[in-house]
Amino acid sequence: MSDAQQPPADTQLKRTPLHGLHVELGAKMVPFSGYEMPLNYPTGIIAEHKHTRSQASLFDVSHMGQALLSHGSDVSAVMERLVPGDISGLKPGRMRYTQLTNADGGIIDDLMVSKVGEMDGRDWLYFVINAARKEVDLSHIATHTEDARLEPLESQALIAVQGPAAAQALSKHFPGCEAMRFMSFRAVATTPYGKVWISRSGYTGEDGFEVSLAADQAEAFARALLEDETVKPAGLGARDTLRLEAGLCLYGHDIDETTSPVEADLAWSIGKRRRVEGGFPGADRILGELRDGPSRLRVGMTPQGRATPREGTEIFDAEGERIGVVTSGAFSPTLGHPIAMGYVAADEATTGTPVTFQIRGKANPGQVVDLPFVAHRYATKAKATS
Amino acid sequence: MTDIRYTKEHEYIRVDGDTGTVGISNHAQEQLGEVVFVELPEIGKQVAQNDELAVVESVKAASEVYAPVSGEVTEVNTALPDSPEKVNADPEGEAWFVKLKIADKGELDTLMSADEYKSYLETLD
Repeated sequence: MSDAQQPPADTQLKRTPLHGLHVELGAKMVPFSGYEMPLNYPTGIIAEHKHTRSQASLFDVSHMGQALLSHGSDVSAVMERLVPGDISGLKPGRMRYTQLTNADGGIIDDLMVSKVGEMDGRDWLYFVINAARKEVDLSHIATHTEDARLEPLESQALIAVQGPAAAQALSKHFPGCEAMRFMSFRAVATTPYGKVWISRSGYTGEDGFEVSLAADQAEAFARALLEDETVKPAGLGARDTLRLEAGLCLYGHDIDETTSPVEADLAWSIGKRRRVEGGFPGADRILGELRDGPSRLRVGMTPQGRATPREGTEIFDAEGERIGVVTSGAFSPTLGHPIAMGYVAADEATTGTPVTFQIRGKANPGQVVDLPFVAHRYATKAKATS
Repeated sequence: MTDIRYTKEHEYIRVDGDTGTVGISNHAQEQLGEVVFVELPEIGKQVAQNDELAVVESVKAASEVYAPVSGEVTEVNTALPDSPEKVNADPEGEAWFVKLKIADKGELDTLMSADEYKSYLETLD
């Protein structure tokens, strides 16, 4: 037997502040983006996935990069030199998903940008970037924001709590967080775990939160959360199947430096004002694709059989012409069958279009379907109390 | 009297006369995690030792299952495609993959005994 996707051995792996807890909980630890991370715990990926959709799961996402950016007067305008998102339109305490783009309109990374507002007399943004892209991103940002202050938060842990029971479980520790709106962000200065930064967001399609706190507080907080019977630990395996069901992109797979935000079906993240004004890297290509349509588009697809079209699987049309490639594929624990995302020629991207996957030398029929595969259940109706 | 032998790639073959029943070891199913699909060969397929015989898919990845010895596929476990989770529950019993008519019994000597396989697993991470 051979594992087709065996990760390369790496002896220089970094550990997160929760490493000891993962091992104690019986996690299968694997190399991921330079870190030793839990793939799954003894109950397995499917159980963790289903628990997240029905209750709540704790994910260690401390491997991701966190940083603060400030500029004396207008840090949002400075950030807008690098991303197509409408950052100036963000009010303090609100956050947005956007992308760092290169001069060719490709995606250097995707990120969450939160408007902190004024702190110590300066205007600040907080952002979270992908683990594997930290160094590239921070050097890129530093180079293009000469007069700004960029402060990587290397001693902060990041813990995601995701699922319908997340608000109830987290509010025991941070009262009031249940009233936060989806895509809002707040700093809470005095908690049993010191100063924490909470955002109501996540990567599973469920309601949930991400909590940034000092590394030396992370284990105590994680253990306290896990005392709640609704909260169980979940690893990278479940995180990947959850985000795929939610139709969300994984950097380095569904998006990279060659794919534009428009091709990646992320045009919704480009604000109206930015479409008119431009002024971000790769605007020529991105605005052109918004106007004329891209040549290829990221779509969701399902095969008819039980064989999963994995990353790299070639996609053909009814005439046998190659029309694209799969960028993410997995068995969907919620739906009970395989699902896949990938790029196809734009004229083949309509829902219902038949496609053929070439899996291990055999033609497997399937079709283009709407994203997300599993409906999002974000807390869009939660009301802010302040 | 049956004899079970293992490959370094974690297939087993349970030998009964000229027939070998092939599947993946308990260690292999533990490494794979939840099995969600098994692709079996056609009856009558001729395989050489180490040829691809079947494919087992977990949530995360697809893995090839190789023929421990040369032979002809005489039977496949038709219960597996509908109940792939049996591979996790009883890999070395109910969830066998195929039966082979063994072409060269001498090839069995290239495989590990149960005790040798147990020692081999201890050398792995």
